[in-house]
Amino acid sequence: MTSLNTIGRSLLRDDTDIPASPSQVLRRASSGGRWLKVIRDIQPGLVLSWFIMAVVMLWALFPQWFTSYSATVGVARQQLRAPSAEHWLGTDALGRDLLARIIYGAGNSLTGAFVAVGVGLLVGTTLGIIAGSARGRIDGAIMRSVDVLLSIPQLLLSLSIVILLGFGIVNAAIAVGITSIASFARLARSEVVRVRASDYVEAAFGSGGTFSRVLLRHILPNSLTSVIAFAALQLGWAILTISTLGFLGYGAPPPTPEWGLLIAEGRNYLARAWWLTTVPGIVVILVVLSANRISQSFGRARA
Amino acid sequence: MSRYVIGRIGQAGLVLWAAFTVSFILLQALPGDAILIKFLNPELGLGPEQIADIRASYGADNPLLVQYVHTVANFLTGNFGYSTHAGVPVGDLILANLPPTLWLSTLGFLLSLILAVMLAALSALSPFSWLRSCIQSIPALFISTPVFWLGILLIQIFSFQLRLIPIINPGPWQALILPVVTLAVPISAPLAQILMRNIDHVLTEPFVAVARAKGASHRWVLWKHVAKNAVLPTLTIGGILFGELLAGAVVTEAVFGLNGLGGLTQRSVNDQDIAVLQAIVVFSAAAFVLINLTVDLLYPVFDPRLRVRQGAVA
Amino acid sequence: MTTAITIKSTSTDVSNLPVLEISNLAVGYRGNEGFQRVVHEVSLLVRPGEVVALVGESGSGKTTTAQAVIGLLAENGRLEAGAVRLNGTDIAGWSQKRLDAIRGSKISLIPQDPTSSLNPVKTIGAQVAEVLQIHRQGSRAEIDARVIDLLTRVGLSQPVLRAKQYPHELSGGMRQRVLIAIAVALRPALIIADEPTSALDATVQKRILDLIDELRHEYGTAVLLVTHDLGVAADRANHLVVLKEGRVQEQGPTAEVLASPRSDYTRKLLADAPSLGKTRSVSRSISPRIHGRDDAIVVENLVQDFTIGGRRDVFRAVDGVSFTVQRGTTHAIVGESGSGKTTTVRSIVGFQKPTSGRIRVDGIDVMSLHGDTLRRFRKTIQLVYQNPFASLDPRQTIFQIVEEPLLNFDCPPREERARKVQAILDRVGLPQSALTRRPHGLSGGQRQRVAIARALVLDPQVLVLDEAVSALDVTVQAQILALLDELQQALGLTYLFISHDLAVVRQISDTVSVLHNGRQVDSGFVEDVFLRPESAYTRELIGAIPGQRKPTGTDITRSMGAER
Repeated sequence: MTSLNTIGRSLLRDDTDIPASPSQVLRRASSGGRWLKVIRDIQPGLVLSWFIMAVVMLWALFPQWFTSYSATVGVARQQLRAPSAEHWLGTDALGRDLLARIIYGAGNSLTGAFVAVGVGLLVGTTLGIIAGSARGRIDGAIMRSVDVLLSIPQLLLSLSIVILLGFGIVNAAIAVGITSIASFARLARSEVVRVRASDYVEAAFGSGGTFSRVLLRHILPNSLTSVIAFAALQLGWAILTISTLGFLGYGAPPPTPEWGLLIAEGRNYLARAWWLTTVPGIVVILVVLSANRISQSFGRARA
Repeated sequence: MSRYVIGRIGQAGLVLWAAFTVSFILLQALPGDAILIKFLNPELGLGPEQIADIRASYGADNPLLVQYVHTVANFLTGNFGYSTHAGVPVGDLILANLPPTLWLSTLGFLLSLILAVMLAALSALSPFSWLRSCIQSIPALFISTPVFWLGILLIQIFSFQLRLIPIINPGPWQALILPVVTLAVPISAPLAQILMRNIDHVLTEPFVAVARAKGASHRWVLWKHVAKNAVLPTLTIGGILFGELLAGAVVTEAVFGLNGLGGLTQRSVNDQDIAVLQAIVVFSAAAFVLINLTVDLLYPVFDPRLRVRQGAVA
Repeated sequence: MTTAITIKSTSTDVSNLPVLEISNLAVGYRGNEGFQRVVHEVSLLVRPGEVVALVGESGSGKTTTAQAVIGLLAENGRLEAGAVRLNGTDIAGWSQKRLDAIRGSKISLIPQDPTSSLNPVKTIGAQVAEVLQIHRQGSRAEIDARVIDLLTRVGLSQPVLRAKQYPHELSGGMRQRVLIAIAVALRPALIIADEPTSALDATVQKRILDLIDELRHEYGTAVLLVTHDLGVAADRANHLVVLKEGRVQEQGPTAEVLASPRSDYTRKLLADAPSLGKTRSVSRSISPRIHGRDDAIVVENLVQDFTIGGRRDVFRAVDGVSFTVQRGTTHAIVGESGSGKTTTVRSIVGFQKPTSGRIRVDGIDVMSLHGDTLRRFRKTIQLVYQNPFASLDPRQTIFQIVEEPLLNFDCPPREERARKVQAILDRVGLPQSALTRRPHGLSGGQRQRVAIARALVLDPQVLVLDEAVSALDVTVQAQILALLDELQQALGLTYLFISHDLAVVRQISDTVSVLHNGRQVDSGFVEDVFLRPESAYTRELIGAIPGQRKPTGTDITRSMGAER
């Protein structure tokens, strides 16, 4: 199953492996006009991605700044209104403002995503680092268990864990996080092994470094960059998966605004209120795209 | 060679056994008790002793280790237990629900292959770099799209707005069109990305320059040199794609209200029907292990570098 | 357009019409900073049957020029101005489609790296046949027969078997022969050989260059030889074109350029090229300090086994190597790839335990060390790696890199560490401004100076230099070698110098061990070994040093003049 490992890495690595073009060599040569260079290097897509993430983050932290409507209590006689000046994104069957529900939903969706990535990152990376540094039997034991985790399709594994823990957004997030432990562990291990094999790590041992010092000074800093890029990628993936669990009904219970649940609820009014399903979906896509784009930029910076 | 094959098969068996054990531990350590949920219903008017009898008949009273050994033995003989909810053998339930899901996922997989190859070919053949980067960003969009939302959007557009596909009583093929597309789009995305990346990577290999220097055209190079080198590595994600396909089927069947393994999975979670869920988990783990085994054993057939090296070192 | 070329080439004044004429060629690359020109107004001539060498260091634009000729620039590259005339026809503005018709048939390529230049999933036979198929040369049976002929012609044993094999089943030299077979298959007028032997061992390099020479005589093909190695150019070319930063510094007949270079840059290149240099080793040879001192390194009967695959197959990488190095001298270990030289060094430095034998460094029995004693031993001996891009942590500043060894031992106070780092940076000739930079902001030569500074900051007795100058351009290589010499004089260091390059070894070392397949086949004082080699292998190795055939270059011109 080592073949999977390599492909997993090639999936994560994006295009950092493509050899440097002559232009990259040239770019280093010229020095003057530093600010000009900074301005020229700005990538509009990346800036937009950070902007979207910042806005959603603010929604999650201070939803009341962005809307005066309640997310859970509807306004009487304003059911299923189309988008208008009063309700920018329209209202649902209970007269609740859709924009308010999306804004308040950011908190639930993002918390879920961060919990999920946190679980995967902490547990998976730790396991991977232990496996990569210890080698031998410990390495073998950890990586075989990771193989087993990978052999159960992620959705089924998370469903099994949701049954174990019970429904709810945090439980769904933990379930999603556990399914990503395997990928984090594989990536962290392969990075540690790669960095360990490098000349500069051998040189660090050769100049009298102890194992713990070399680990802290060289191996961890150099292997964690791609782990962090991967974590950003997983953030987008976690938002998607949690919204899927929410849609299936295993996430937050109904009055709670959660993006997947919003789409599920809007499904009953497809013919009359297109906005109820369309808009939350677009929000999810934008956030996931932004997370992926940011992750990609981390990967590039390393190269 | 045969030693490698036997070793590889043994390893696959071991992984499968471990996956079974994990699912057993996860689902047997369950706090919710499916038997209690069903039979504690006051309308049935069952007393505690009767419930205890029922539990005993399901074997729920035995110590975990005994249950484990029983379940292993049963699985090995093809007896997957009884659904606590429907009261029928799990094997029958799975067999009954397998065909529609098999159709859906086979068609979805084929369509996703076509989509991915088309995108990769378009990007490789496009004469302008701006066009190529446009095509190359399509899979990123596909990957970021929630499957269930895509299904709903398709229903909205094709059934409600354009009225091309009726919602009520569509024909058997009509009913499959939207679900297949819904399933295919997210699966095609990682495939297309890997293909594109591999093609771009292979194009920078020196042997491509050598082929160009022989007088080969761009198309000749793509077809005779790049294609095989770029497609081979995608075989290794076969197992992962299967998992995605299954997850996609669960969601797609939920969106379109179809019967199948996906629907069965969702129902078994809702009803906490452990026996069914565990059978599905073990069944899909077995499929995953089998696919990876096949890929690993077949790979040397396509890639000469992995064939037996008989004294090639000298 | 094919007809136009054939008409011209059959016209009466064949000898006067150059095969290739480049005039005022300018090539640039589009990058983030806009358009950057890397080749400026390059003009040169290649006459029929002639070898013209394009010589330059990295970044000189030699490969870009060659790629522009055959129309295979990188995607972001553009031929901006100038003409590329092949047999009188300007092909500079041709579309890729038009170029496809002449590539392989009129003009062909021998690439640099034989390992990655053949498609790994196609057979050798299919890849040779491809060039014939593209240009529609005969039926399938004819092509198959022609492939076997070609493989035989380039000197492959068992050509029928080879045709069915895949690239990974052949050695590097054999693969390069296959690539040569592809290049000569249609008897083109011009072959572009882009560093054709840089990735090969010296003895293989000689055989491959001989083969190219032979075939071009036989087929009357002209060769544009791109190389960084002045020795190779001197041996093989009729004409030299020296490039620097995309401009032609000087060009002319090889003998003339070598005897009386007109540009300063060429003079510098000639002086720095170890293979052509007037053996500066004469001045250092056996100095008095070599007598009556204690030994810094003693290696006795070193054996290193590796198990491969299962536990049954044992591979002996080093087999009974013994030598002693006196304090303050330089001992070289020479060998080609797979000779066991790197394995030997790793045992001496203590990175691996030898199977048997004895190693003493500065009186310490290396094989008895482990744990903390091994760590302490690092203060005695330090290693400098071949690739300064890989041996420095990209995330650290130069100050952190050089300071790190100090932290591992006594860890003097902050100011003293800073003082020490600054002093050692001065010593290796780096400006203080480098302290805050990171490795990627430095050139290859500067990075290697950093690596030397890191090695010296602990005041070791012995410095092991593992191919430490092999990855550098000749002028930079000469500077680093001069620095090493100066440091040895000033600090009384003992060097263990590992190299595949005999010319460099002759220049820097006092004593030498020649390794072949893990065995030591020759050892002793450098001049003794070079002048009176004991083994046939050493003789072959010395014979393969490029730059020794200066007269033959002129011979070829003369003989060709006679033919005309």
